[in-house]
Amino acid sequence: MLEIFTDFSTWLVVDIFGLSKETKLGDALHFFIEDTTKIFFLLLVMIYLIALIRASMNVERVRDYLAGKHKGVGYILGSSFGAITPFCSCSSIPVFLGFTSAGIPVGITMSFLITSPLINEVAVLLLLSLLGWKFTLIYVLVGMSVGILGGVFLDAIRAERWLQSFAAKALERGQNTSIVKAKNSTTLSLKERHTFAKEEMLEIFGRVWKWVIIGVGLGSALHGFVPDGWIQEHLGDGQWWSVPSAVLLGIPLYSNATGVIPVMESLITQGLPIGTTLAFCMSTVAASFPEFILLKQVMQWRLLAILFVLLLVAFTLLGWIFNFLTPFI
Amino acid sequence: MMKEIKVLGTGCAKCTKTVDVITKIANELNVDVHVVKETDLEVIMGYGVMTTPAVIIDEVNVHSGSIPSRQDIETWLQA
Repeated sequence: MLEIFTDFSTWLVVDIFGLSKETKLGDALHFFIEDTTKIFFLLLVMIYLIALIRASMNVERVRDYLAGKHKGVGYILGSSFGAITPFCSCSSIPVFLGFTSAGIPVGITMSFLITSPLINEVAVLLLLSLLGWKFTLIYVLVGMSVGILGGVFLDAIRAERWLQSFAAKALERGQNTSIVKAKNSTTLSLKERHTFAKEEMLEIFGRVWKWVIIGVGLGSALHGFVPDGWIQEHLGDGQWWSVPSAVLLGIPLYSNATGVIPVMESLITQGLPIGTTLAFCMSTVAASFPEFILLKQVMQWRLLAILFVLLLVAFTLLGWIFNFLTPFI
Repeated sequence: MMKEIKVLGTGCAKCTKTVDVITKIANELNVDVHVVKETDLEVIMGYGVMTTPAVIIDEVNVHSGSIPSRQDIETWLQA
């Protein structure tokens, strides 16, 4: 069904613009038009459908559900909810405090917050359509593992010691009181779901369309203008240093998952090993300086530094592991 | 009686916009309001709000997570 976008792009580039797909410009333009039209179409349809289903899901419910859960399952649940609950990254601080003041351990909250930007319905959808189900599955499993293990680690080192004092006090209060605000769960009518889904579609699309353009633009520049075989030749063997370099390069760059996935597609088809690509892209999405500056409001420098190093090490390790495993998958 | 409206938010663009929208509609309807933007995290936490912008009217949380619709705002102002 999605071939229609390839055909459309070929028609536009070859028949209308009169460019050959053999030329660099023609090739890059073809890639750009095919991917943007396809992604825009999928985004609009799928965001609507998914929003229709999860209309009654929100962070308040997640909080009430996570509060008082046993730690062992808490990390897995936290990370799973992070993957399916949408929220704007500008809300991550209030969410952090909301969870904390409900007495939810810092590790579980962080499982939620680390996984959230990495995995969401838009990311999964793009991965499926651009890179196939196998890669999507790997991406989701890896993203969740980073969230879960990161959370376990933060609790193991008792990260709550390094919260800002008001947040630490809120956590203590939350743990000593067992009042969980039970939100009156109303069932939504189909019409209300439709309104929600429509607003959600417009809202998310309005937020991510420019990222798609930037991402696909970069992807097609890579695709058309980096000489064929250059990446394959220089980085194709998964040299050990290429992974930490990719992570270091990815951290100051900031993008959301929507923007980075078309770049991933391009890098992988150019022969960059899966591990290196994953490491680069996940560090671009999960770790960003603006986010860290926001987190400073609730965490002391020490904890921020630990979190930063934690992500750096985690992405490097997963890059190495995947480069090592690739021949066996 | 003047209504006390607080918009809670950590300074994102949507929060500023929420303040503007409420002020504008209140002017149109000739309702006397006092709109305050609240950015202090401890205060926000105190209301148990997790998604911003959130709207507090006379100490009751009436809305959170998005820029409220015109219809909602009119209902609050006329209540």
